[in-house]
Amino acid sequence: MSTVTTEIAAGFDVERIREDFPVLKQTIHGKPLVYLDNAATAQKPYAVIEAIRKFHEVDCANIHRGVHELSQRSTAAYEGTRAKMKRFLNARSKSELIFVRGTTEGINLVASSWGHKNVREGDEIIISAMEHHSNIVPWQMVCEATGAKLRVIPINDRGELILEEYARLLNPRTKMVAVTHVSNALGTINPVAEIIAMAHRAGALALIDGAQAAPHLKVDVQALDADFYALSGHKMVGPTGIGILYGKSKLLNAMPPYQGGGDMIKTVTFEKTTYADLPYKFEAGTPNIAGGIGLGAAVDYLSHIGLDRIAAYEHELLVYGTQALEQIPGLRMIGTAREKAAVLSFVIEGIHPHDIGTVLDRMGIAVRTGHHCAQPVMDRFGVPATTRASLAFYNTVQEIDALAAGLRKVKEVFA
Amino acid sequence: MVDDLYQETILDHSKHPRNCHVLGGANHQAEGYNPLCGDKLKLYLRMKDDVVEDASFVGSGCAISTASASLMTESLKGLKRDEALKLLERFHDLLTTDSPVTQELGKLVVFCGVRDYPARVKCATLAWHTLKSALENKEEPVTTE
Repeated sequence: MSTVTTEIAAGFDVERIREDFPVLKQTIHGKPLVYLDNAATAQKPYAVIEAIRKFHEVDCANIHRGVHELSQRSTAAYEGTRAKMKRFLNARSKSELIFVRGTTEGINLVASSWGHKNVREGDEIIISAMEHHSNIVPWQMVCEATGAKLRVIPINDRGELILEEYARLLNPRTKMVAVTHVSNALGTINPVAEIIAMAHRAGALALIDGAQAAPHLKVDVQALDADFYALSGHKMVGPTGIGILYGKSKLLNAMPPYQGGGDMIKTVTFEKTTYADLPYKFEAGTPNIAGGIGLGAAVDYLSHIGLDRIAAYEHELLVYGTQALEQIPGLRMIGTAREKAAVLSFVIEGIHPHDIGTVLDRMGIAVRTGHHCAQPVMDRFGVPATTRASLAFYNTVQEIDALAAGLRKVKEVFA
Repeated sequence: MVDDLYQETILDHSKHPRNCHVLGGANHQAEGYNPLCGDKLKLYLRMKDDVVEDASFVGSGCAISTASASLMTESLKGLKRDEALKLLERFHDLLTTDSPVTQELGKLVVFCGVRDYPARVKCATLAWHTLKSALENKEEPVTTE
């Protein structure tokens, strides 16, 4: 690790930060909770909980409609999040940010709206072997409906994309390249700027699944030159049921609406409806207002700490955790990319991940076990499932020690 | 700590599963799959005059699902079809209700701890879902979902 990283992480007061997360102050089966399932969902700080409570207690009204005070307050708070997300992602304009339920809906929106308008029989869509099911299935559906072909960038034994193979897959028929920024199952951080540039040179668009990146890395959609970037609020200490799809205005403007209904129109008659401008064209119906406001608080919270500091501290945890786990006999890491987020996915010889997960749970340690919605990744490494400890900036080295001790206990039980 | 779930018998059967092989002369078989954890199991039965003469399985799974398949194949031998189905019902009740533990279950009572681990019930029932399918001679793999 570089000295710079160590220096940034040095001033990181994790104990102070943990005070912000009420859920962490409990015991599970008599042991202090050790929450290591952050790639599934992150815990919420008081700031987010309070923002949602304040909306329901003080400001509750529907948005974009009423002239009354409450509606103006709720609209301001909800649209305030859009402005915060513009800064957070460095988008050109607020109108390029569409509120969705989460990454899955963001990808489905593009696949459905852009895909069905632009993809034809014989076209090709490229994804990668490390995608979450949410960045596989929507594209399979587009292919099935249009007769296009799905091509897959393979990964090496470390769990890194093989870019030479990707270059060979690109051709004039390629219409879209949809890859993840950070793998949920392996932790791999992909060189997405390069991947996008290669797609553009081939005349294709690029969509980035940012669900696992947005909570851990600084994301700049203009620097990446991403055409679409999707993320989920709940992975970045915000509430569930809210997320953001970023899209370049030019592309979003040319796309048909995803759903019809209120709020996405200018005028409606039985003969003809004219659609609203961006971003509202893609936001039919009353949205998750409370969620949107909570997401704004989450982004404020993360920005206040600073994504650079979060990334540096989490990298220290990753290095420490990798060393601690690799000392356990029979443990094999799945995902050893050189550029990696703080995800420790592993198998232990002769012990099924579900048994590991149950024993750890009894020690208060929450990990994810299973295929992590990435069955092709499991197939690639020849395992049915893994155990995954995914870390966040409120985790500590003591918690990693607890995990290592827990795994030694697991080995005793099933020895 | 987890002794209530991983009782000695369960650990023993998970490490040394009984009847874990392909069965020659099997006339009923079925596949079971738990998509949540990737557990897969193939069950073989040799039935004669409506009685389970022999039973075996192959597959990969967690300690609970392996021990369950192992103990199930032991319990089935010599049972008539409707007795086997009745045992399946009793076993399901053991895992999913607060019903008192009955004698009929024999060794299978070691799974009584599973009811306190709702996330693991499907591990224990995979073999039994597959049994039902085998008795009905279904072609499609049965899943727990």
